[in-house]
Amino acid sequence: MAYSKEVIEHYEQPRNVGTLDKEDPTVGTGLVGAPACGDVMRLQIKVNPETNVVEDAKFKTFGCGSAIASSSLVTEWVKGKTIDEALTLKNSQIVEELNLPPVKIHCSVLAEDAIKSAIADFRKKQAERNGERKAENAAPAAQPSQGGK
Amino acid sequence: MKLPIYMDNAATTPCDPRVVETMLPYFTEKFGNAASRSHSFGWVAEEAVDYAREQVAKLLGAASEKEIVFTSGATESDNLAIKGVANFYAEKGNHIITCKTEHKAVLDTCKRLERQGFVVTYLQPDAHGVVTPDDVRKAITDKTILVSLMLANNEIGTVHPIAEIGKVTREKGVLLHCDAVQGVGKVEFDVEKMNVDLASISAHKMYGPKGVGALYVRRSKPRVRIVAEMDGGGHERGNRSGTLNVTGIVGFGKAAELALKEWRADAARILAMRNRLFRSLTSQLEMVHLNGAEDPARIPGNLNVSFSFVEGEAMMMAIKDVAVSSGSACTSASLEPSYVLRALGVEEELAHSSIRFGLGKFNTEDEVDYVAALVVRQVERLREMSPLYEMHKEGIDIKSVTWAAH
Repeated sequence: MAYSKEVIEHYEQPRNVGTLDKEDPTVGTGLVGAPACGDVMRLQIKVNPETNVVEDAKFKTFGCGSAIASSSLVTEWVKGKTIDEALTLKNSQIVEELNLPPVKIHCSVLAEDAIKSAIADFRKKQAERNGERKAENAAPAAQPSQGGK
Repeated sequence: MKLPIYMDNAATTPCDPRVVETMLPYFTEKFGNAASRSHSFGWVAEEAVDYAREQVAKLLGAASEKEIVFTSGATESDNLAIKGVANFYAEKGNHIITCKTEHKAVLDTCKRLERQGFVVTYLQPDAHGVVTPDDVRKAITDKTILVSLMLANNEIGTVHPIAEIGKVTREKGVLLHCDAVQGVGKVEFDVEKMNVDLASISAHKMYGPKGVGALYVRRSKPRVRIVAEMDGGGHERGNRSGTLNVTGIVGFGKAAELALKEWRADAARILAMRNRLFRSLTSQLEMVHLNGAEDPARIPGNLNVSFSFVEGEAMMMAIKDVAVSSGSACTSASLEPSYVLRALGVEEELAHSSIRFGLGKFNTEDEVDYVAALVVRQVERLREMSPLYEMHKEGIDIKSVTWAAH
């Protein structure tokens, strides 16, 4: 199969390959796909908790050239966006930008899943953190109501 | 050294220039129809075909050139052998034995016969792709008419012990068909010594032209009968109607003659190059898995390896100046990784990571060194990009992770 020049460009010069500290509460990690299926994408975003703007994004991908290109493109796109904006990203935009053929559409779906999963992870961490803060503030009163949750 | 480098000789081989030279007159001045009995154009063509028939018969160790039926290629030969025997011997029995790792030309032919009421046993090979004579013996019933097993596997290069299997089928009075496409001219093969009753071969896998192949059909001890697939002018003793591809057959004959004369020397040189490639890769990279069997149960030119944590198609894209193939799902529309590797029990992740190098007689040591260096560099690059490699380095067992299959 011949690859589009957009896929080749991203594959040969992938943007934002790397790893962010997954323990950092401002980092959201999305790990999607499965080795048995031949695609695993890990997409990480570092978000400013005050503004909800994605300040950095990194990826690592086990998969074909189109999967690598899709993840590379997504990291480029989400940087500088708010997480709400990032959530509106659709796989069809990736298909269009990279000129993916029908058999490679699943790569774009996986990239969309990866960004959604990374944002969900970030939000979960933030909620837990806020929950902890609330719990700390309300610690003495909170104890009797334990188990009421 | 010229780029791109061709290392996919299991898919097809270039024509030997000596083959092309032999073919050329048959396109122009010697263009006759081998079936034309009334003039010299036909006689010249017929004579050329008969000569090629002898050359092919000699390569296979056949007792007579009359045992060679020319076809369009090995897919047709496999179809003609299996359907031809099944239909002729249907009254004797309805059971056929083959193996899970056979070529689709055999497997899909068997599946069609199953729909017509035949019963097919698909033998399970071991982890290296080998079927033993004992596996065959145990599978034979009083309804068995045919055993169809390949000489060498196209993906992993595993060589079946055809000589030993031939003893079993002969003792049991069952016919043995051998798809010898990938093995003939690369390892020992002799239909007489090995008790093979039908054998499929193809010219373009042995430095001959595409579009021509042959089916060997034994004529004595026992005399094998087949029902023809193609009806028409009764060419090839009624076994395969259709005007003969004289030019192709002449080239096939020449390729067979060269193979018979030169295969041992070629095989030794190719084996040395393949070992050099494998040693070079495994000495520089960790987690390189060999798929298939060790020598001597492996054809010299085949190196099928999985580079853990690197997907096969991405790998092929990374070495785009080198023509190889992969068992990765992404190379097919089905999104399923190689059925051959899965039949061996190779984990799906490793099947997705497999690369098949097919070395041939026109490859050089310089090419091997270039390819080895390029592959090492690109595997390292892609592993740096692979989340699975990072997890591996952190000591996380990838199998312990719950993956959301998609």
